[in-house]
Amino acid sequence: MNEFPLLTLIIWLPIIGGIVVLASGEQSTNISRWTALIFAILTFLISLGLWFGFDATTAQMQFVERSPWIPGFKVEYFLGVDGLSMPLIILTTFISIFVIIAGWETITYKPTQYMAAFLIMEGVMVGVFAALDAILFYVFWEAMLIPMFIVIGVWGGPNRVYATIKFFLFTFFGSVFMLIALIYMSFQAESFSILDFHALQLGMTAQILIFIAFLLAFAVKVPMFPVHTWLPDAHVEAPTGGSVILAAIMLKIGGYGFLRFSMPITPDASAELAWLIIALSLIAIVYIGFVALVQQDMKKLIAYSSIAHMGFATLGFFLVFALAVRPEVSGGSIMGIEGGMVQMISHGFISGALFLCVGVLYDRVHSREIADYGGVINTMPWFGAFMIFFAMANAGLPGTSGFVGEFMVILATFRADFWWAVLAATTLILAAAFTLWMVKRVIFGEVKNDKVAALKDLDRRETFNLGVLAAAVLALGLWPAPLVNVMHTTIEKLVVQVSACKLPADERGDCALVRPEAAATVMR
Amino acid sequence: MENVYLTIVLAPLIGAIVAGFFGGRIGRRGAHRVTIAGVGLSTLLSLWVLARFIWSDLPVFNEAVYIWMVSDGIRFEVGFLVDKLTALMMATVTFVSLMVHIYTIGYMADDEHNWPHGALSGRNSYQRFFSYISLFTFSMLMLVMSNNFMQLFFGWEAVGLVSYLLIGFWSTRETAIFANLKAFLVNRVGDFGFILGIAAIAMFFGSMDYAEVFARAPEHAETRIAVFGGVSLMTLICVLLFIGAMGKSAQVPLHVWLPDSMEGPTPISALIHAATMVTAGVFMVARMSPLFELSETALSFVLIIGATTAFFMGLIGLVQNDIKRIVAYSTLSQLGYMVAALGASAYAAGIFHLMTHAFFKALLFLAAGSVIIALHHRQDIRDMGGLRKYMPITWVTLLLGSLALIGFPGFSGFFSKDAIIESVWHSSLFGSGYAAVLLTLGVFVTALYSFRLYFLVFHGKERMDDHARHHLHETPWVVTLPLILLAIPSVFIGWYTVEPLLIGDWFTSGDWNPILVAPEHDSLAHLREHWHGQAAFVQHGLTALPFFLAMAGLGLAAVVWWLIFAWNPRIDAQLQTLGGPVTRVLQDKYGFDDFNQRVFAGGGRDLGRMLWMTGDQAVIDGAIVNGSAQRVARFAQWSRHLQTGYLYHYAIAMIVGLVGLLTIFVTF
Repeated sequence: MNEFPLLTLIIWLPIIGGIVVLASGEQSTNISRWTALIFAILTFLISLGLWFGFDATTAQMQFVERSPWIPGFKVEYFLGVDGLSMPLIILTTFISIFVIIAGWETITYKPTQYMAAFLIMEGVMVGVFAALDAILFYVFWEAMLIPMFIVIGVWGGPNRVYATIKFFLFTFFGSVFMLIALIYMSFQAESFSILDFHALQLGMTAQILIFIAFLLAFAVKVPMFPVHTWLPDAHVEAPTGGSVILAAIMLKIGGYGFLRFSMPITPDASAELAWLIIALSLIAIVYIGFVALVQQDMKKLIAYSSIAHMGFATLGFFLVFALAVRPEVSGGSIMGIEGGMVQMISHGFISGALFLCVGVLYDRVHSREIADYGGVINTMPWFGAFMIFFAMANAGLPGTSGFVGEFMVILATFRADFWWAVLAATTLILAAAFTLWMVKRVIFGEVKNDKVAALKDLDRRETFNLGVLAAAVLALGLWPAPLVNVMHTTIEKLVVQVSACKLPADERGDCALVRPEAAATVMR
Repeated sequence: MENVYLTIVLAPLIGAIVAGFFGGRIGRRGAHRVTIAGVGLSTLLSLWVLARFIWSDLPVFNEAVYIWMVSDGIRFEVGFLVDKLTALMMATVTFVSLMVHIYTIGYMADDEHNWPHGALSGRNSYQRFFSYISLFTFSMLMLVMSNNFMQLFFGWEAVGLVSYLLIGFWSTRETAIFANLKAFLVNRVGDFGFILGIAAIAMFFGSMDYAEVFARAPEHAETRIAVFGGVSLMTLICVLLFIGAMGKSAQVPLHVWLPDSMEGPTPISALIHAATMVTAGVFMVARMSPLFELSETALSFVLIIGATTAFFMGLIGLVQNDIKRIVAYSTLSQLGYMVAALGASAYAAGIFHLMTHAFFKALLFLAAGSVIIALHHRQDIRDMGGLRKYMPITWVTLLLGSLALIGFPGFSGFFSKDAIIESVWHSSLFGSGYAAVLLTLGVFVTALYSFRLYFLVFHGKERMDDHARHHLHETPWVVTLPLILLAIPSVFIGWYTVEPLLIGDWFTSGDWNPILVAPEHDSLAHLREHWHGQAAFVQHGLTALPFFLAMAGLGLAAVVWWLIFAWNPRIDAQLQTLGGPVTRVLQDKYGFDDFNQRVFAGGGRDLGRMLWMTGDQAVIDGAIVNGSAQRVARFAQWSRHLQTGYLYHYAIAMIVGLVGLLTIFVTF
């Protein structure tokens, strides 16, 4: 392991940056802003090293760093990335730049601490994706809550205390059970390495309990129905930057958890309970779609839209188990998981951009109510163009990234079950309905009131933010191949992994699934 | 050739980008020049490609441009398939688009009056409009030139996007932004079926590529899948795909968006909502003929939907008074004719009518637009009349377009419409009798509403106010030139193309058949066997039922809205009162709009509100989340009373507890 410790650098550089910014104090906000921005950009540029240094032909962990941390408990400082975590890390470092820029002038209360909180959060989130030691993962996982708690609690809206407590309790409630599961497995594996967990042979009861423990933790993060109600509240109260990070990255950690923990560690339990996840995902798509339709608050609307879109990710992930019991159908598993991953990355861009858009309006009018707007395009044509573009992406228009993941997941779902695909495809109508109806009421029409009449169009910073994100959305939509290729080998291995029975010999009878065939079609 | 095809596609895109992003800098003239140059280049090259297919046997081109993505062994590509069907579509699309580009210079010349004073969105609206119509041309070309289902869907939705942007172009008008949202959502309902159809193809063929899917389709002719208690796979795929076509090509019951789309500026009504985009569904089904031929159920479905649309939508045209809406209902009706032709397996006739219709309907819309310009955006035909004196070119071209539309023998529409009616009569599918009767009667309806419009607009007393009359004059040459250029093919193109398209082997030659028809479905065979040249066909047409029906419609229109109207201008209103309930049903457009508005739009909102209020707020947050918090608080409230702070309370509790424990230990 004498390679250059790239991952360590990406994790700790922004955290150190955060401390530097904090240390610089509140005397000159300008210095702290620029310091924060430079650290964010630097981190992003360094993280690109992962992309270019990544070997997409192997499913092995790469950029591995491993050294003892708490030897008494066999806890290690163990980092590494594969095709699942690497794109998510780059998404994190990428989005963080816009968050810093978005808070440039609008945050007037303790801007230094605000910037520092986001930098520290960035490092910690990268840590979550890069950790391969369960305890290290757990530490990052919980540490992530603190800056977010502070960001919402200090810079949030009027009802921020309720929102922060709700946010904290929901997520904390879930993660306690995860910790118990991790400790249980460490006794079985005599190590805290997540890779060792993957190789563990576990009985069905143990698997089910572990699966449920993980489910509680990850489902809250995603969030899945019915543990989603914290998200709209948190978004409404969070400052723009907080919303962006929450939607673009934190939700993805839940989805990532399913792929890194639940599915490979407890494949048999996952197969047993896949129906539950698929049902909840479909509910998220349809039920939440209708709920989003009637929201009066733009942020709530986008928050609900996020839940529906994340439903596609979880749906795609768990299709592999539904497909495994249908030997007459070949393929679909890989496309489902890849589709889910693409959906997560794309949602990072689109939801981030949409929250930035709402932020642009909120900074000027100090309202998120749809009813307070109307005819914005008359005074802000460039903003209107961006908003329409991102709305279309949110509605899954081909050519934008929003289409790719949905398309792949719908194609894969069709193989598992026609009616599931019908339900999933309703998003074409529902997502268009709730997004474009909002656009109609906010952007189009005659100038509704004096506040709208007094609006000024985007400034340079806002244009930069939205422009770069628009380019990303377009690029991923027009050419998703690079992203899909990077993930492909890892996901192939994951499908093989979850297709193999992990039950001990005396429970083998429960491996009723026709797994070998499923694995074979994958290898073809 | 790849470079030629790429140029055809990308030239309009580049024009759109330049005019869209740099419209302010290059100004109006720069914007229309660059977009017209782009589309003009596309048109020339498309015509050249078509010419080479005609005269020098250009080989079919079927290649990928780049790999979009590979997942699960399926290659998703962006690529072109250019055969004779594509070439014909390319030429039609680019030519009409070019005409509309030129026309727009005149139509949008004083667009600033359409915007509220000081609205920044109205600034550069002229350039933006050009950018959109060029972007549309790009999207439409991507659609017709695609060689795979993924790209087809891309083009399909991209034209929908541009249609959305253009219907709502005058975004300060409430009716316009209502119409564009409606159009997009109704189209999405169609796309919902379409994407499921594509998913079915991906599942059973493991490929997105047309050629591969078509080649392997016969293998699945007998495959059944366990949906709805077991249906034929091909029926399912074809019906799902056709639901997409019903949205885009505005077939009943997904037709509701097209009349409202008239809120957009007239050039796009001509280009998008008459000549090209709405015919995408017709093109798609023709392209998929190797699949549709495998399912008679699907064909019957297509046939019945098409014929229903053709007749009943035409009827609505009789009670409309807005010049554009009459033409819009006429478009719906003609789309029904095309779709019915597809259902009868007369794909070639459907595509033929698509082409002739593109010319004469674009002409009719542009002529209507010319009238609208001249009258300063007044659109009610009851307030027109006698315009023929003031606008001779518009008058003559609109008349020619109308004659083509009603299928007057010799005009382009005659050949295509007669071929459709003839083939439907010779089809033996379920529903073909119903369809044939409706399509034949539809000819009468078409003639009636077309000439009602014609006589009310161009003949009789001048009913506009003095101010409007004072400013009446023929529109500038940028408007009339496209009218003339479109009138030429509207009159002649049928005569020259009927033989190769329907009788000859244009669609069925070589080792690649753009259109495949199973021998037992070949409803054009009769026409082919009894073909003795165009002149004989025209002669035969003069003695056939459709001709008499058309003449009856024309004659009735002339009597009522020309002769009687001259001494009784209230005849129109009186006739509508006379119609009583029938008129009311037609004016309500059979109640589709009300139903959708109440059940789908209203019902969707109510459902959403109910789920939100009860599911999220009452049950999850109310009962569980905040409920448990309250329960904890209540428990704490209650348990607080245990800690009174009085020493003797604690002492008693200790003694009681001690005694209790001792008792337990002693007893057990």
